[in-house]
Amino acid sequence: MAFKSTIHHKTYHFNDLRTLLAKATPFRSGDALAGLAADSYEERVAAQMALADVPLKVFLNEAIIPYEQDEVTRLIIDTHDAVAFAPVSHFTVGEFRDWLLGDSATTIALQQLAPGITPEMVAAVSKLMRNQDLISVAHKCEVVTKFRNTIGLKGHLSVRLQPNHNTDDPKGIAASIVDGLLYGSGDAVIGINPATDSPQAVITLLQMLDQLRQQFEIPTQSCVLCHVTTAMQIMHRAPVDLVFQSIAGTEQANKSFGIDIALLAEAHASALSLQRGTIGNNVMYFETGQGSALSANANSGVDQQTCEVRSYAIARRFSPLLVNTVVGFIGPEYLFDGKQIIRAALEDHFCGKLMGLPMGVDICYTNHAEADQDDMDNLLTLLGVAGVNFIMGVPGADDIMLNYQSTSFHDALYARKVLGLKAAPEFEQWLQKQGIMDVSGKLLPVGETHRLLGYGV
Amino acid sequence: MELIQSDPWASLKAFTTARIALGRTGTAIPLREVLAFKMAHAHARDAVYSRLETAALQEQLQSFHLPIVLLHSRAADRYEYLQRPDKGRRLDVDSVASLAPQTSDVVFILADGLSATAVNVHAYPLLQHVLPMLKATGISVGPICLVQQGRVAIGDETGALLKAKVTIVLIGERPGLSAADSMGAYITYNPQVGNTDEVRNCISNIREEGLQYPAAAGKIFYLLQEALRLKLSGVELKDNHGLLS
Repeated sequence: MAFKSTIHHKTYHFNDLRTLLAKATPFRSGDALAGLAADSYEERVAAQMALADVPLKVFLNEAIIPYEQDEVTRLIIDTHDAVAFAPVSHFTVGEFRDWLLGDSATTIALQQLAPGITPEMVAAVSKLMRNQDLISVAHKCEVVTKFRNTIGLKGHLSVRLQPNHNTDDPKGIAASIVDGLLYGSGDAVIGINPATDSPQAVITLLQMLDQLRQQFEIPTQSCVLCHVTTAMQIMHRAPVDLVFQSIAGTEQANKSFGIDIALLAEAHASALSLQRGTIGNNVMYFETGQGSALSANANSGVDQQTCEVRSYAIARRFSPLLVNTVVGFIGPEYLFDGKQIIRAALEDHFCGKLMGLPMGVDICYTNHAEADQDDMDNLLTLLGVAGVNFIMGVPGADDIMLNYQSTSFHDALYARKVLGLKAAPEFEQWLQKQGIMDVSGKLLPVGETHRLLGYGV
Repeated sequence: MELIQSDPWASLKAFTTARIALGRTGTAIPLREVLAFKMAHAHARDAVYSRLETAALQEQLQSFHLPIVLLHSRAADRYEYLQRPDKGRRLDVDSVASLAPQTSDVVFILADGLSATAVNVHAYPLLQHVLPMLKATGISVGPICLVQQGRVAIGDETGALLKAKVTIVLIGERPGLSAADSMGAYITYNPQVGNTDEVRNCISNIREEGLQYPAAAGKIFYLLQEALRLKLSGVELKDNHGLLS
């Protein structure tokens, strides 16, 4: 289907939905690199005007990557819930935006809508929304998940404690974990990116994490972020709480990650059979990020933000505990500066939440991007207001293994303090019991004899 | 009363270089630590925007009595380089015209990458270790190429035009907060435009506090000999060298 928009006697033609979505996307370097971005400011707004008039139903009839060619498209179409879609089925994309911001789109209405909307509909509407709109609607969403604690309740902000070490040294990792716990972090997960994917190294780290959790009775879950096949290989001889995997929005990009949907389904079933969760069964942890499909040469002419939202269809299929968009890690050829990183993060958070996912954001940047801690402070504050489920906690914001900057334990405390947010309820109680935090959420001075300081030394 | 609430677990710093036990004022990181972080980031940013010191390098490299060629990628400047990796992988028109086939076993290509500082500091002393080993074993060495605004794959076009059997690209790695001058060496057998990373062997973190020159030179020499013997590089060329841990 072709689309057009006429501005001052000049008519812009957009050959298909895929092109229209790309041209309507707020500018980012990755779409320019892919040759998909609008050629002018005028063309971009013209595309947004044309997109606003497209009925949502069109998205069910025109696949941006052919059904026969891509299993992500097949998943999207085959699992679409027409009943859930009904309340918005008569809208155009523009009307959908206005409805989302209206008072009838309540938390419950949005939760009921989630299975009825496709990634492309969600991507489309996000392209018409200002940052304020993305925050405002995401703020209304509530996605709660459980394993050993409760993540995502309104008024709460959880933290993945990320204690990476450049050689996976268990004592070095333990030192960062103790630091993070004493700063109130770790309720989303204690999650290590291993320097090596070797099964034995992963087992060693998993055993250490599990022993620590049990010794101190910490109501949280652990994860070593190895490839899904590694987790499947070791899960019957190592304490695997959550199964991790990076995912992307096209079949071909996932192939470059060494995965497909069937493999994830197998991993999901195996993880469920372990029955390690005490209060819930959300056992998957996914990471995503705009630009991954293009960097694998597998974007099929689709803009990077739409590709990103397509990956959420895969995540949704497996009811994950955590979905983390690692927004600024990919580099300036995809997201050039603080402005682009901030916009992308707000889009990902909004789109994921609207689709019913427990979205967290790795608020981060690399040293070759035009960004710094001030940009991350801005983004952290915006996402805190938007109701992000979790962020990263890295000692001093400096990840010594992955060589990039994220948010610190201190940053998380800042966001909780200025926005009145709390840790996951079970974890909050644990922090109080350990004398780490008082009932008002204020960090307490920790003495040299605190029992956590006896760990790992 | 002390302004800073210090953390009584500074002893744990012995186990990691992570920024732990920073202390706090309220929930904030103490200023001294904030400024230390900012300085590390400043070093990284300066490294990204540093320039290849071609005049100084040429003067140093003359001692090897090899031809020296100055080249430039299709990325006009750093701004374009950062946003268009495709342009950093190809030579500009003048550079292509300046290269004629030489036929040699190996060509060294020094490219700025994401830290020209790394190459300015480490390329020459590393070559001082490597080149005598090659001479002693009769491996022929083509011109030394200095490439501005280059990425790793710039070595493929350069090596192909020079008809080199192997290229070794010495390039500045993406600066981290802990090191802004880390150099990588990428070894590619049969360099051709369009090669991807699985056909390369990489030796990373070459710097005085990382992988030191003699060890890096030993690895490069081993991998180069093996690449020439087996006529391949990359995932099928295993690092079995005794120096490797």
